[in-house]
Amino acid sequence: MIFLDILPIVILGAVLGMDVVTFPQAMISRPIVAATAAGAFIGNAPAGLVMGAILELLALEMLPFGASRYPEWGSASVVGGALYAARWEDRPGALAVSLLAALVTAMVSGWSMVKLRRLNASRAAALRDRLDSGSADAVIGLQLFGLTADLFRGGAVTFVAMLVFTPLVPALVARWATDERYSRAAVVAVVAAVASGAVWKIFHSVSNARLLFVAGLVIGAILVVAR
Amino acid sequence: MTTGSALDTRKVPAAPLPVGTWMRIFIRLFAVQGSWNYETLLGNGIAFCMEPALRLLPGGRAGGKYCEAIGRQARYFNAHPYFAGVAVGALARAELDGVPPAMIERFRTALGGPLGSVGDRLVWASWLPLCSLLALGAFGYGARPLLVIAIFLTTYNVGHLFLRAWGLRVGLNKGLRVADALAHPVLRRGPQVVGSTAALTAGIAIPLAASRLIGGGRFLAAEIILAAMFGGVLFARFGGRLEGWRMSLAILVLFVLFSVIR
Repeated sequence: MIFLDILPIVILGAVLGMDVVTFPQAMISRPIVAATAAGAFIGNAPAGLVMGAILELLALEMLPFGASRYPEWGSASVVGGALYAARWEDRPGALAVSLLAALVTAMVSGWSMVKLRRLNASRAAALRDRLDSGSADAVIGLQLFGLTADLFRGGAVTFVAMLVFTPLVPALVARWATDERYSRAAVVAVVAAVASGAVWKIFHSVSNARLLFVAGLVIGAILVVAR
Repeated sequence: MTTGSALDTRKVPAAPLPVGTWMRIFIRLFAVQGSWNYETLLGNGIAFCMEPALRLLPGGRAGGKYCEAIGRQARYFNAHPYFAGVAVGALARAELDGVPPAMIERFRTALGGPLGSVGDRLVWASWLPLCSLLALGAFGYGARPLLVIAIFLTTYNVGHLFLRAWGLRVGLNKGLRVADALAHPVLRRGPQVVGSTAALTAGIAIPLAASRLIGGGRFLAAEIILAAMFGGVLFARFGGRLEGWRMSLAILVLFVLFSVIR
């Protein structure tokens, strides 16, 4: 795969990586949006949506509170959606391997956000005198630096991830020895367990939440059976 | 004396900002976390967003009051990003009304905590999960990609944009009296109502989404649901010490190795 092939994905990863924290936080970086968009870029939006739904179930748990450290789902979902949508949709193991690639990317991208925050802090410290004296140029410059650096960060993470995983995913899928149905079942069981636990944790302080959750499960089960 | 005059000033109805200035501040609010860092958190972003309003101070951009206000507002500050508009509006109003710097500093210090906790509970822990679950439910029910995305983005951003615009408006209107607005019933009871709705939606959406992910034939559907419920209880019980995505990553690594090497 040449650079030009992954350039649109890199640009998408850069823009959606930025949405996570710096601009505009409209949640276009949520997995269900980002992975679907990446799938659409590859020409297979339904496959991107499948990856997006899986990552969204995992992302339910992570609440982006202030200074807490969390995986960066925007760029990672673009990578996962693009890899899964590319051409391995129906091959055994494609889902599991693409998900693994997305999670590794999310971890690395989360780490890169911490580094960027430290870089911003050192930049702010270097500009401290000018900021204290009320230099609007320093304030605006620092803000633009952070925004640009975040755009570059998301793009760089997506580029490296695509460079590494584009050849690695098909290589692993080619050696896959587990039945496709068991592979898919394992992935779904893990993410559904994480999502259920996450909902339980997030809403435990809401009165009657557990009762409502169980009531919802009954309705959901009926809908599943009825369809 | 100065405190008294400042309070007198606050009794005067606030003069509205020019539309252009309001719009500049509103657009900048979307980038309020642009230089977020571990030292000053949102501080620089607050000054960045407020800067168009501060141009209205006596002397304009070349004036001493402008520089003093920028310097004051670029220091440490923390708030939820969607509620930062409340702070930007209230602090801009205070600066424009000539409230003494010491009072602005105290107000600034007091404002951050409530704006953070209200936003975290209402948006991150309630509204965002609810919108995610609605989208997952639509996915599980068989909706096409564009519809799933439209449901999520439209629902979420109605709340998002409303909060940003409301925050700026209420901050500019109320100035130092903005605490009254934070006691609004929607902000106090909202997390409870949204959380209850989200809990019910989660119960519906998760089995639907899992069912669609399993695909036609629902191979091992009962086993998967049982495993998910058992895993969910375990995860909820011990989840404080273990993040689900890390656990998933570890399980996937083992599963991929098992499937590739054997």
